[in-house]
Amino acid sequence: MQNNENILRLVENIKNKVTRPVRIMEVCGTHTMSIAKYGLKQLLPPEITLLSGPGCPVCVTDQSEIDLALELSLLPKVTLFTFGDMFRVPGTKGSLEDMQASGAHIHIAFSSLDALRYAMINPQEEVVFLGVGFETTAPTVGVTLKQAQQNNINNFSILSLHKKIVPVLENLSSQKDTLLDGFLLPGHVSTIIGKAPYEDLAQKWHKACVITGFSPEDILTGIAQLLKQINSENFEIGLQYKRGVAKEGNTSAQAYLKEYFQTSDVIWRGMRLIPHSGLAIDPHYAFYDSCIRFSQQHPPQGKTQPPEFCICGDILAGRKNPPQCLLFGKDCTPDHPVGPCMVSSEGSCAACYYYGR
Amino acid sequence: MCIAVPAQVLSISGQEAELNLQGNVLSVCISLVPQVKPGDYVLVHAGFAIHIIQEQDARETLSYLKELEDFAKQ
Ligand code: SF4
Repeated sequence: MQNNENILRLVENIKNKVTRPVRIMEVCGTHTMSIAKYGLKQLLPPEITLLSGPGCPVCVTDQSEIDLALELSLLPKVTLFTFGDMFRVPGTKGSLEDMQASGAHIHIAFSSLDALRYAMINPQEEVVFLGVGFETTAPTVGVTLKQAQQNNINNFSILSLHKKIVPVLENLSSQKDTLLDGFLLPGHVSTIIGKAPYEDLAQKWHKACVITGFSPEDILTGIAQLLKQINSENFEIGLQYKRGVAKEGNTSAQAYLKEYFQTSDVIWRGMRLIPHSGLAIDPHYAFYDSCIRFSQQHPPQGKTQPPEFCICGDILAGRKNPPQCLLFGKDCTPDHPVGPCMVSSEGSCAACYYYGR
Repeated sequence: MCIAVPAQVLSISGQEAELNLQGNVLSVCISLVPQVKPGDYVLVHAGFAIHIIQEQDARETLSYLKELEDFAKQ
């Protein structure tokens, strides 16, 4: 790596700052990947425990939500578009990949606009876009809905499984057994929402918080800034990732979030229902809401159970590590994933399987 | 999944822009960054430009993303 010296200097700085054991959650799946890739855990002093948080949208999608997508994909006339990340995630009766193999019309999309364009030229089909992701992704779906409306597209709808990052972090902060000292907050969610929505994490829950980028230098700098807050007990929302985030966020994107979505109570894998943590389609646009169009309930409460022995929920809450799962590396591998933490390349179990933690 | 990659805007037509992403031309929607101009660098996520970024920052970001991507493919 080109910046070895720089890295060592940053690690030295962290060693000088650490005064007691601290537990830091890296919220974003891309942070998890970068930490694994550059072996940052091995470089850090033993007092620092890094935990992978709920910041991979695929990993936090509940099995019942996956089942809902599978059900829609089997309806007559329906063509379902999904991001590639969701394609192999197993539900109770298989994955979207399995449904496709048995004849369901499922396409992988790069953007929600791909699905809309397909709907425009195939008016006889019912096109459903499986909307997964956080505040980074949801505004792009808002733009797509606006275009659907402007072009009078009637055969297009969104299954909105989008989630908000702040409510889940507050939920984790409120649980005593997670014992978190601070968060490396996600870069690209913050590109959209800016600093303000995190304020309670620092003020009410007394967590150190730094919005952090994805290079090893970013992450080490973010950790040093967290330690400074922890040592001084002066908690605030730090902004390390200045090149990708403006303090106020992207106000155009925020306007799309506000117009096309409303918050809802949704299930997070293994964490049960978290109030106001989902982004459902706003009732003004109910026409484009797949759940309403196909009379499905979301969240599909209590319909299905996660796979037996899968501890994704505890892992996402930072309570357990992947090797503590009975299935890890045996019944559950990236080729035969049982839970979503193993499917996504950003998932904690997959990162642990490939690179050790 | 929330990854966003930097690319340079080549041209703009309505709500669409052609970008240069490491030598590949890519068409994305610019509704979320209405102030963008040709020549600017943007972060691209799910087919949309979501943020305008400085050229120097774009170059640095590209270099570590490339490393991460190669890593994920291993
Ligand atoms: S190893 Fe597999 S089954 Fe176990 S927690 Fe991870 S994803 Fe779930």
